[in-house]
Amino acid sequence: MVAADLLVAQNVGFGIISLLMVVSALRVVTVNNVVHAALWLVVVLSGAAAQYLLLSAEFVAITQVLVYVGAVMVLFLFGTMLTRARIGAESDLNNKNWALGIPVALLMLGVMTYVIIDGFGSERLIENPGDMEPIPVQVISDDIFGPYLLPFWALSFVLLVAVIGAIVLARKD
Amino acid sequence: MLTAQFLLLGAVLFCIGVYGVLARKNAVMVLMSIELILNSVNINLLAFSVRHGSVDGNTFALYVIAIAAAEVGVGLAMVLLIYRNRRTIALDDLSEMKG
Repeated sequence: MVAADLLVAQNVGFGIISLLMVVSALRVVTVNNVVHAALWLVVVLSGAAAQYLLLSAEFVAITQVLVYVGAVMVLFLFGTMLTRARIGAESDLNNKNWALGIPVALLMLGVMTYVIIDGFGSERLIENPGDMEPIPVQVISDDIFGPYLLPFWALSFVLLVAVIGAIVLARKD
Repeated sequence: MLTAQFLLLGAVLFCIGVYGVLARKNAVMVLMSIELILNSVNINLLAFSVRHGSVDGNTFALYVIAIAAAEVGVGLAMVLLIYRNRRTIALDDLSEMKG
């Protein structure tokens, strides 16, 4: 991607962070140790939070760090430690047909890349980069509690059901 | 910044996540790959939010994060239950529903 306009710092930052994210994501799906994979996933999720900052979505970036890097990662580490006695390298983390996943993923990537390049090409994300301001939380909350109130209620219900379901499933009886 | 660069990053992460879901046998690793997929979707949502000058993408990204948290909670509870009953979480061994 050629740098658009004068946003050199943003483009360099984007490149470095995305390279870090892609390498870490590849490590997540190839490494032979569940705990190491979880730690690589932390790098990917933090990089995603940095990308959200580049996209001027501060509230989402902070939520990403709190919920993903904080809560979900602790859940993963707990899940790992509760389901296996030993923590270390394992040789049988992959299916026996794992190689079939490579052509499938590459085919999908090819199709998606073609569609994205064809559809957006060299289109700018925003015409005048000076207009890009951080979105105030007030605007997001007006959006959530205004037009998207019904999905918010549904989401609250989903979270409640998930909590009850997790307790019922994991309870020792 | 171009629209396509964020969308391409999302596409790459999505495909890595799909590979992880297909290739991994360990249930916890499959859940981690699903997290990769959900994150790539979030990057797309926020890029389009900036592109259209609308805040809706931020709202939906927050909803996706909440759904992902619920999904991980229930998923790991199920993994714990399977482990308690079978002493393994290898997805290959759960083949009762196979035709």
